[in-house]
Amino acid sequence: MQFSLTAEQKMLLQMVREFAARAIAPSVAERDENEHFSRELFNSLTELGVAGICFPESYGGADGDTLSYILVVEELSRVDDGLGITLSADVSLAGWPIFQYGSEEQKKKFLAPIAEGSKMGAFALTEPNAGTDAAAQQTTAIDAGDCYVLNGSKIFITNAGEAETYIVFAMTDKSKGIKGMSAFIVEKNTPGFTFGKKEHKLGIRTSVTMELVFQDCRIPKANLLGKEGDGFKIAMATLDGGRIGVAAQALGIAQAALDHAIKYSKERVQFGKPISHNQAIAFMLADMATQIEAARLLTYRAAYLKDMGLPYAKEAAMAKMFASDAAMSVTTDAVQIFGGYGYSREYPVERLMRNAKITQIYEGTNQVQRMVISSALLRDSK
Amino acid sequence: MEFVVCVKQVPNTTEVKIDPETNTLIRQGVPSIVNPFDKNAVEAALRLREQHGGKVTVISMGPPQAEEALRECLAMGADEAILVSDRAFAGADTLATSYTLATAIEKMGHFDLIICGKQAIDGDTAQVGPELAEHLDIPQATYASKIEIADGNVRIEREHEEGIEVLETRLPLLISVVKSINEPRLPTVKGTMKASRKAIVLWTVNDLAVDHARLGLKGSPTQVVRIFTPKQRTQGKLIQKDTARAAVLELLGNLADAKLV
Repeated sequence: MQFSLTAEQKMLLQMVREFAARAIAPSVAERDENEHFSRELFNSLTELGVAGICFPESYGGADGDTLSYILVVEELSRVDDGLGITLSADVSLAGWPIFQYGSEEQKKKFLAPIAEGSKMGAFALTEPNAGTDAAAQQTTAIDAGDCYVLNGSKIFITNAGEAETYIVFAMTDKSKGIKGMSAFIVEKNTPGFTFGKKEHKLGIRTSVTMELVFQDCRIPKANLLGKEGDGFKIAMATLDGGRIGVAAQALGIAQAALDHAIKYSKERVQFGKPISHNQAIAFMLADMATQIEAARLLTYRAAYLKDMGLPYAKEAAMAKMFASDAAMSVTTDAVQIFGGYGYSREYPVERLMRNAKITQIYEGTNQVQRMVISSALLRDSK
Repeated sequence: MEFVVCVKQVPNTTEVKIDPETNTLIRQGVPSIVNPFDKNAVEAALRLREQHGGKVTVISMGPPQAEEALRECLAMGADEAILVSDRAFAGADTLATSYTLATAIEKMGHFDLIICGKQAIDGDTAQVGPELAEHLDIPQATYASKIEIADGNVRIEREHEEGIEVLETRLPLLISVVKSINEPRLPTVKGTMKASRKAIVLWTVNDLAVDHARLGLKGSPTQVVRIFTPKQRTQGKLIQKDTARAAVLELLGNLADAKLV
C-alpha cells in the first residue's frame, strides 16, 4: 500500500495553493456576499490547465490521473469550494461523459476545448419532477429526420448560463422507460435553448446555478452522445465519477473549517487561557480531524480505483456520503468553537457551514448514496 | 540566445521563527521555496527567450533537495536544470559559492546572459551575483528593473534609491533583478507534469575543474561567529493633523520638549 503523493502531485498542489492564495482568496467573501460567479477567475484557473489534468494529451489534457485532479479540487475547495464544484461539474460531469462515450469527432470538438480551458461544460439531468427519481424525465427529444427536437426544462444546473457545452438528458422514447432516455451535447446559443431563473442559494454562492429551457430546440444528430437509449446509463456512470469530486469539495470545506478552528482556539483567550486548553474544545478538534482523515482516505481510494480501471461506484458513493456528512459536522463544530464570532460573517466558518450542506444533497442525496451502496452489497453477495 | 539563471532554495523566511533561548533559527517544519527574487530572474529569462528565442538553463548549488526548487523553475518553463551538489560544497560563503557556480557555468560552455535575483532572502548578502560576474570576467548590472536586448546591445534600467539609472552594454553579461521587474508566472499543469518527469543534471565535485581549497567551509573566508536578534530600533512618530500648519506646530512642540530647538 502506498499512502504518499507523487512528486508531480505535490507540485500540482503547490501550484494550486499559490494560485488560490494569490488570485482566489482575496475576493471569496465578497463574491459569496454578492452571489457572484467570476468567469474571469475561473478562466484564469483553467488557463493553467486544471480542467485537463485527467484527460489524454490528444484531447488537450495533461495525461494525468483522477487522483491528481481530485487533489486539485480539494485544494481549491479549501479556499473557494464554489469554484471547486464549478471545476468538478466542468470536468467530471461534462468533460468525462464526452471522453467516455463520445465519438472521436465529439471528443475533438467538445472535450478538447473543455480540457484546454477555452470552454466550460455543464450537466443537465435534474427537472422539477425528476430529482432523485431521475428516470421521470419530461424533457423530450423527437427524431425529426435530420435532427432531434428538444422540448422541456432542467433546473438547478451548475454552470448554467456560463457554460458553452451542455450534456442534456431527454426521452427519445417514453414507452421504453429508462431505456428510452438519451444524452445530447447541446451548445450554448443554439436557437430554442434559453436560460430561466437564477437560483438564489444558501451556500456555494460563488458558483452559478440556473434553469435551462428548451423550446423546439433543434440538435444536430451528430450531437447524440452514445446511442439512443444510453442516456440513463451515461447519467448514472457520470454521477459515479462526479461524486468523487463532491467528496473532494466536502473535504476541502472540512479541512478549511478545521484549520480555522485550530488557529482560533489557540488565539481566543477566555478565563485567562486559550480555549484550546479546554478538553471540551481540544476533543472536538480531535474528532473533526479524525472524520476528515477517514473521509480523505475513502475519497482518494475511490479515485485510485477509478485510475486502476476497477469498479468504483460503491466506493465513490461511500466517499461522497461520508465526506459530506463529515463536512457538515466539522463545519458545525467549527462555528461552535468560534461561538458568537462563528455565527458572524466577519469570520469564514459560517460560510463553510452554509456551503457544506449542499454536499449532502447534490449528485445524489446521501439517502441515494445508501441506495447505491446497499444495492451493490446485495448484488455482489449473490 | 543562451540564458542562465542562478536560483537558490531558501527557507520561507516569513515562517521562520527565532529560538529566544539560543538565538538560532528554528528551521524545523519551515517549508523551502525558490528564493522569490530568483523567480523574477527566471521570469525575466523566459520573457527574453519568448522574444529572442534560445534556451533557459537554471542552475543551483545546494543540497539534494534543492532539486525541488529547480523543478519549480522547469515547471515555469525553463528548458534545463543543473544541480551542483556535493558535501564538499557545504558551508560555503558567498565567495566559495560564486566560485563553484562560476566553474559550473564555465563547464556549460557558451552563454549570453546570466540572470540572478538581487539577493537571497535568507542570507540577504546580494554578493553571489556580482562575485560570479567577477569570476567569469564579464560585465555586470545589478538591481535591474528592466532589460531590453536589441542587436546584441542590452539596455538596462537599474533601480536606485535616488532614481532610475539607464545603462547600455553588450553581451555576455550578468544582471541581477529586483522584484518590480515582473510578476513571475505560475506553472501550468502541463508544465508541472513535464517538469516532474524531466531529468535534472547533477554535477558533483568530480564533474568540475575546481581548486578544492576554494570550496565549501574551508574555502570560505567568512565565518559566522554569532547570530543574535538586534535590539529593536525605536519607532519614528507619525504626526497626522488636518492641516500642515497644525502638524508643524505639533512637531515644533515635540522638538522643543526634547530640547532640540
